[in-house]
Amino acid sequence: MRVRWLIVALIVVAMAAPWGFYDWTHHRHSGFLISMLSQMGMMVILALSYNMLLGQAGLFSLCHATFFGMGGYATIHFLNAAGDGSLPVPMEVMPLLAGLSGLALAMLFGAMATKQRATAFAMITLGIGELMATAALMFHHFFGGEGGVTTNRMIDNSVFGLSYASGLQVYYLILAWTVIAAALMYFLTLTPLGRMANATRDNFERAQFIGYDPRMVRFLQFALSGFFAGIGGGLYAITYEIVTFDALAAPLSANALLMAYIGGTTVFGGPILGAVLITLLQSGVSLLSNSWLVYVGVMFIAMVIFAPSGLAGLIKAHEPIRRAGRLGALTVPYLRLVIPSLGVLLGFVGLVELMSFLTIGAAQGKKLVLFGGPIDVHAVVPWAVSVASLLLGGVWLRFEAAGFHLVWERLMAGARR
Amino acid sequence: METVLISVLNGLVYGMLLFMLASGLTLIFSMMGVLNFAHASIYMVGAYLAFTISQVLGFFPALIIAPVLCGLIGAGIEIWGLRRVHHNGHIAELLFTFGLVFIIQRLVQMTWGMLPMAYRVPPLLDFPLFHLYGVNFPAYRGFMLLVSGAMLLSTWVLLKKTRVGLIIQAALTHPQMVSSLGHNVPQVFTTVFAGGCLLAGLAGVIGGNYQTTEPGMADSMGPIVFVVVVFGGLGSLAGCFVASIVMGMIQTFAVVVDYSVADLLRPLGLAISGDTLLTEVLTVPVARIGALLPFVMMVTILFFRPRGLMGTRDA
Repeated sequence: MRVRWLIVALIVVAMAAPWGFYDWTHHRHSGFLISMLSQMGMMVILALSYNMLLGQAGLFSLCHATFFGMGGYATIHFLNAAGDGSLPVPMEVMPLLAGLSGLALAMLFGAMATKQRATAFAMITLGIGELMATAALMFHHFFGGEGGVTTNRMIDNSVFGLSYASGLQVYYLILAWTVIAAALMYFLTLTPLGRMANATRDNFERAQFIGYDPRMVRFLQFALSGFFAGIGGGLYAITYEIVTFDALAAPLSANALLMAYIGGTTVFGGPILGAVLITLLQSGVSLLSNSWLVYVGVMFIAMVIFAPSGLAGLIKAHEPIRRAGRLGALTVPYLRLVIPSLGVLLGFVGLVELMSFLTIGAAQGKKLVLFGGPIDVHAVVPWAVSVASLLLGGVWLRFEAAGFHLVWERLMAGARR
Repeated sequence: METVLISVLNGLVYGMLLFMLASGLTLIFSMMGVLNFAHASIYMVGAYLAFTISQVLGFFPALIIAPVLCGLIGAGIEIWGLRRVHHNGHIAELLFTFGLVFIIQRLVQMTWGMLPMAYRVPPLLDFPLFHLYGVNFPAYRGFMLLVSGAMLLSTWVLLKKTRVGLIIQAALTHPQMVSSLGHNVPQVFTTVFAGGCLLAGLAGVIGGNYQTTEPGMADSMGPIVFVVVVFGGLGSLAGCFVASIVMGMIQTFAVVVDYSVADLLRPLGLAISGDTLLTEVLTVPVARIGALLPFVMMVTILFFRPRGLMGTRDA
């Protein structure tokens, strides 16, 4: 019941969000906000479809962007065909065609990759991803080489009579498809296929023993996740009207993995959380710092070591305590963690930024500006402050974490009783 | 003829370099079941370290020190990283090394900057070794062959002829039994991981000035090395060797072959004309799609032989 209201609230917030920064004096929407929200929608689809593999089937794929990109490239060609009248398909159905293109390619590659599982599967998908990314740079007819392919999304064919000239209309199209795709993916987890995917993930030999073909399950799951990734790619093409090889290259596949994993692969909504969070950070932090990848990498590794179930998993871990009504007892221990955590964060960010401004920043002729004044990266003080803050915060955090652990265990034991 | 001979030699040099990387990867994989995604990153670190050390102490000390440092880094990764995620399963280990790629990449960029380093061949080895039909063969490539050959020999002796190698080989297949016999298996794992990273570092030292030492070198080398390991068969050192040499040959020969599929079809009376995607694929010369070939080969071999060339087991 609570979850249902959460979903309704999420959709309402997503629908209202573009009006949040509405410029009433000029009657204009904030372009940055709308493009960020649109990006979020696509990334939610990408992360959710990636989690069909990683979370639900235990398959570590490294070519997920291939199907996203395929959907994108195909949509560009569909839109061009629709533009000159040879493809009478309304705009609203375009993402479906994109999904089908992704599905076709995923069936082709899936037939090869799903022969294996675990590590070998990861390596094969790595090869497939590189194959497609390299091919996209070489062949001009379909992929347009380095320049990519372009289109014009105003094809003048819409079920609702919309022109899709403004970013806002495109955003609502993306939102609608995101909700549809997410709902479909959720219902898939309830089907026998979704259950069998979980079973082959946990113990493929037993699944085999009771008469299911784990390879077939992997194949179906792979193909369907390619379908949804293709939908995301179609929305990408419609939004940007250009698709280059970035849409199917390895960094985007890695991004799908990061979003799904950081959000949490064990809960269906986890990747949504991850996609929203990472897109927010990406739009925010990458403008401020060019060391964005270090932060994401460290965050990712920390998650792998300390919280393998991701952010959503962490939240879910509180459930027994919440049911016992003892959530309030955690407030003080959490507050005590805040200051040492901030110390570690400050020290780490300080060191990374100082180091990166020493080399990369110097090459770009930039100066490190913090607290309203320039900071000399060659001076001793900022380095000493960062190191001290990192070390002190680290030791203090270890101490506090031990205390937190005690409280946590006591509450959990109480909740279990 | 001269192009063929020179290409064979160059292919051998490149293939042996690939083998240095791929052998470490295969050893680590067959022992721990961990595919170290950060292997090519260690290769890059080796090249950068060698550059810095060679500026202070000269090239030959760097040849020793940089790989040892890489081995220590590898031991650190195993002890403080991999062991902690080991109980979460193979996927967690894969994810861990995958995350390391980002961090090492940016750390290298932050330490040495974004621009390529001026890591050059040492003057002592900077002369043509011999002339072949008027084409020079640089002495440094001969040196690379020498180093990689020595490394191949010593790895073989270590694995097949010593007690340490015996324990490592036993731990590959029967870790519980080896542990019951009183050997410290986790320590063996650390040794193998460090050894693999040492080899990657060595490849970085001699590969860094053969190619260019720049932040993109891990990204360009990584996928090729993985292809070699898959192509040779996961967990097979012999297959890995064959695959490395084959891949080295293909990569060097692809550059000099200026034919396309259409040229092969022409004698059969099939002329290809027009301007579509299919004709583009058929008429593109091999030299232009050289970068594509390793991946095409991998997909092909997996289609016919899912275990790779000499693989004995599934992952």
